[in-house]
Amino acid sequence: MSEALKFHFDVDGTDFTSAGQASVQIKKNLRQLGIAPDIIRRVSIAMYEGEINMVIHAGGGEADVTVTEDCIEISLRDHGPGIKNIEQAMQEGFSTATDTIRTLGFGAGMGLPNMKRYTDDIQITSEIGKGTDIVMRVNLK
Amino acid sequence: MKISAIKELLDAELICCEENLNENVFSACGSDMMSDVLAYVKDQAVLLTGLVNSQVVRTAEMMDMRCIVFVRSKMPTAEMIELAKEANIVIMATKKRMYEACGILYSNGLVGNKVRDV
Ligand SMILES: Nc1ncnc2c1ncn2[C@@H]1O[C@H](COP(=O)(O)OP(=O)(O)OP(=O)(O)O)[C@@H](O)[C@H]1O
Ligand SMILES: [Mg+2]
Repeated sequence: MSEALKFHFDVDGTDFTSAGQASVQIKKNLRQLGIAPDIIRRVSIAMYEGEINMVIHAGGGEADVTVTEDCIEISLRDHGPGIKNIEQAMQEGFSTATDTIRTLGFGAGMGLPNMKRYTDDIQITSEIGKGTDIVMRVNLK
Repeated sequence: MKISAIKELLDAELICCEENLNENVFSACGSDMMSDVLAYVKDQAVLLTGLVNSQVVRTAEMMDMRCIVFVRSKMPTAEMIELAKEANIVIMATKKRMYEACGILYSNGLVGNKVRDV
């Protein structure tokens, strides 16, 4: 694989039921590329958490996945409310999710920590009222 | 533990992917919060949950889980069953409550697993 492979997804922020479809698709694509199962699992979980966050906290967004010889990069962008305190948001258990979101099975405050747990690098930039940008990398070597 | 043994132990009703009943699972996770589940990664696991929506199946799929057990007689929707069939995940439903269902599997040798360090 000499050329980088790129996948792009629009994440619909109005439909909770379909949230996660981009991650399901990426999982299939990576399988076709013959990537190791544990790497695929780490990428899928991290992307799924990010995708769900965009739907429940930011009204949707965009996801781009780039596969090179060295790594898989997952880039998520939304134009939601932004994250006030990133350090606090990274703590296990911190969540601003409403009771409605909790009854849907989310809001444990574990998503961002999971994204960190399963990737080799995570960079979060966020501006209140503008949106959030998250770039995660999983090394292949 | 074989998935068929889980079905027997929990007196559960099989809902889809019968052809995988002979597969083995080595660990289990019981929760209604999906990100809690996503923190626990182990090969060939079973998920016990009282939550019913499509994200339960997607969570199991992301984790490469083999089986989902719905507790307290919860029943998956037709859409969830379709998703599970596509992902080849056994679904079953038991009348038992979460605490009891987990206890039965645990005491029969299916132990949980550790969270990966952040
Ligand atoms: N894309 C986003 N836009 C705005 N706020 C976000 C975004 N992602 C996360 N947050 C904020 O960071 C908090 C922590 O996120 P995290 O994913 O760890 O937990 P959660 O989504 O609340 O619950 P869980 O992921 O366990 O279901 C959220 O409650 C929310 O306040
Ligand atoms: Mg989250």
